[in-house]
Amino acid sequence: MNIVKKKRSLLNPGSSDLSIIYPLLAFIAILLFNLIFTDGFFHIEIKNGHLFGSLIDIFNRGAPVILITIGMTLVYATGGVDLSVGAIIAISGALAAQLIRPDYVKGILEYGDQTSLIIVLLVPLVLSIILGLWNGFLVAYIGVQPIIATLILMTVGRGIAQLITHGQIIVFEHAPFQFIGSGFFLGLPFPVIMVILLFILTWAITRKTTLGLFIEASGANPLASRYMGIPVRMITTLTYGFSGFCAGLAGLIITADIKAADANNAGIFMELDAIAAVIIGGTINGGRFSMAGAIIGALIIQSLTTTIITRGVPPQVVLVFKAVIIIMVALIQSKKLRDQLSLILHSGDRPS
Amino acid sequence: MPDIGNVLLEIRGLTRSFPGVKALDAVDFTLRRGEIHALMGENGAGKSTLIKVLTGVHKKGSGSIKFEGKEFDASSPMDAASKGISTVYQEINLLPNLSVAENIFIGRQPMKGIRIDWKAINMNAKNALAKLDLEIDVTLPLSSFSTAIQQMVAIARAIDIRANILILDEPTSSLDMAECKNLFKTMKRLKDEGMGIIFITHFLDQVYETSDRITVLRNGQFIGEYKTAELPRFQLISKMLGKELEQEMVSSGKRAEETPSQKEPFMTLNNVEEKGVLFPFDLGICEGEVVGLAGLLGSGRTEVAKLLFGINRPTGGTMEIDNEPVAIHSPRHAISHSIAFCPEDRKTEGIIPDLTVRENIVLPLQSRRGFLRSISRKEQDRITDQYIELLKIKVSGREQKAGTLSGGNQQKVILARWMAMNPRLLILDEPTRGIDVGAKAEIEKLIFRLREEGRSILFISSELEEIVHTCSRVAILKGRKKVGEISGENISEETIMTTLAQEGTGERL
Repeated sequence: MNIVKKKRSLLNPGSSDLSIIYPLLAFIAILLFNLIFTDGFFHIEIKNGHLFGSLIDIFNRGAPVILITIGMTLVYATGGVDLSVGAIIAISGALAAQLIRPDYVKGILEYGDQTSLIIVLLVPLVLSIILGLWNGFLVAYIGVQPIIATLILMTVGRGIAQLITHGQIIVFEHAPFQFIGSGFFLGLPFPVIMVILLFILTWAITRKTTLGLFIEASGANPLASRYMGIPVRMITTLTYGFSGFCAGLAGLIITADIKAADANNAGIFMELDAIAAVIIGGTINGGRFSMAGAIIGALIIQSLTTTIITRGVPPQVVLVFKAVIIIMVALIQSKKLRDQLSLILHSGDRPS
Repeated sequence: MPDIGNVLLEIRGLTRSFPGVKALDAVDFTLRRGEIHALMGENGAGKSTLIKVLTGVHKKGSGSIKFEGKEFDASSPMDAASKGISTVYQEINLLPNLSVAENIFIGRQPMKGIRIDWKAINMNAKNALAKLDLEIDVTLPLSSFSTAIQQMVAIARAIDIRANILILDEPTSSLDMAECKNLFKTMKRLKDEGMGIIFITHFLDQVYETSDRITVLRNGQFIGEYKTAELPRFQLISKMLGKELEQEMVSSGKRAEETPSQKEPFMTLNNVEEKGVLFPFDLGICEGEVVGLAGLLGSGRTEVAKLLFGINRPTGGTMEIDNEPVAIHSPRHAISHSIAFCPEDRKTEGIIPDLTVRENIVLPLQSRRGFLRSISRKEQDRITDQYIELLKIKVSGREQKAGTLSGGNQQKVILARWMAMNPRLLILDEPTRGIDVGAKAEIEKLIFRLREEGRSILFISSELEEIVHTCSRVAILKGRKKVGEISGENISEETIMTTLAQEGTGERL
């Protein structure tokens, strides 16, 4: 057998490992840009034992998107997509607010007894998981195409959220709950802590066990996986359930942060940010996934937004910028394009 | 003999490397007008890679390709086809959701003004298939037909393109004898019309029946070009393997050992039936026994395997394992009863191309243990290395993507996956399809070894020779019905053929 030693270079990183080097480079490029052009971007100060600064802010603002990105990555690896996460965010937030002020929608502004934090957290999360499992059931057992199955909840979900709030924006005060959105723990904003915990948890269940490999196998070849005894349908359903859970969590953070439930706007278009983040991160639709890559993808999107805002560019330009960056990272990730590039760069030593 | 001279295609010093392997190393190949040229070599010898470079699937590394005297460089199979090289690839590359007719004409639809002329498409498709003696409803989706018919459709498409060069990479692997005959007739006709045909197959009989010349590759290197008439089979095989071969390995007819009658039954099927798919049948498989399922394609062979493995469920009858009644309801359940299944269609049912060789091998083992009890990486590596060596799988390493392996090596990975499970019953559905002589002999040896260890094997094959050689009992299926069972001394190609030939012709379905 002729074995040729693998040559590694920037244009040709190892074939076996999913390279997160490109999204990482893009992220570093954005940070470098800020280092040069935005004063005090890297400045982190401690106020009352809390960390403040643009970098912390990126993590904090980005927390909801990162959370749903974690769920979306697994769904995407099974070969699906979850369009309903934005709607689940709205439902989860609406339900939490409704639980805190059950009589608000009837026009009664006085609070009753303060609802227990456990209920405010648990009920929306359980409902979010059930909604996610419903998506998974439609996809795995009924055979509905993922984009259609989750589109149903994307449309209906916002309606459900509006029914819960009776079409009003429910504002509330609930100190323990608000801590979820704007509290600090160990000097870090609490949403950031949640992101870190969820990331470690997900990484441990998928990579410290073989669940991750089962997810990848199920996505890459469902039939062959089934013949190998992998419970493909159950795994697929569970990933959607997990995605619902992540969205529910994101909904709680957003609602707790703004102290109001806005069924119309909470989490709107956030599913698209998450999908973009997953793709930037190099996860294959039906196959290998990279959780770290996806999170860097989410950070890229958030840091772009923050950069543009701190530089005083009108926020409406943000969307165009996002599009450009996604296209660029996607292009760089294309192996075909990289091969052509390396061909051009090394055209000298190409045999004629 | 065809007219010589008149070179159609001239490949010189063609080299192509992939990460980790040199797939082609200075390969020469010459194809003349009006000849059928067999391209021979073991799995991973570079046959398919040569074809893929020629037809623009892969870029060539270095070397020259001249087509009708001019420098030739196809950018894609589509481009190659438009320049006159039409190809049927080893794995069927058609669109299962489209109709048969659409599959034959996609990319070159006859138009009527600005709309597609459906009448003409369906008409022409019918005619194209008629040339191969195949009469089917061309408006049905391709996926509603068997692998064999899909292969015939792929061939019909390639022939209909009317190219100067026709490449057939393992076209007969899922065809039965009558279909092969029709294909060979068509190939001869095309050859007489001056077409050059490159023919890749592992069936030596077919090489000697059809081809004029043979080019042998080994480990990506050019071994030589020979006139078929002047190269005895024996020499051909030793050139492919690169070593002298014991005569008996090639010769057939060595009877499998008799099964002692005192063996314990592992699995027994009584009157098992699947409505509309299989008529009620009985089947018993003992420990340490190789039971063959013979029959034409579509006779219900694969369907029996799918029942045993819980992919489909019986609508009647009873199954027993170790004399206890069971109702196997899923592959997972079958695996828990220590049954393993090597499916016929390795591309869609077997290999996971994006995962590594190691992952492809340990997955079922891991799945049986549950995801929480991971097999340590060291153990995974050990298992993988063991089977790479045992089955002589040609890989650049454990972490090579399974999708980049040659077809035969993918088959070996699937075999390895099930052997690692140490199953009590191993169902092999066409395990030697598209596999070279050397690997076939290895698989045969493995089957014998598993039998010695007291494992049961259900062996499904279109090659009667293999069945006769390996099985101690053979169930014969015809028209989704079991029409006979023979054992011991009575097993021979003749008895199987006569059983199949009884009551009318051996029509499919």
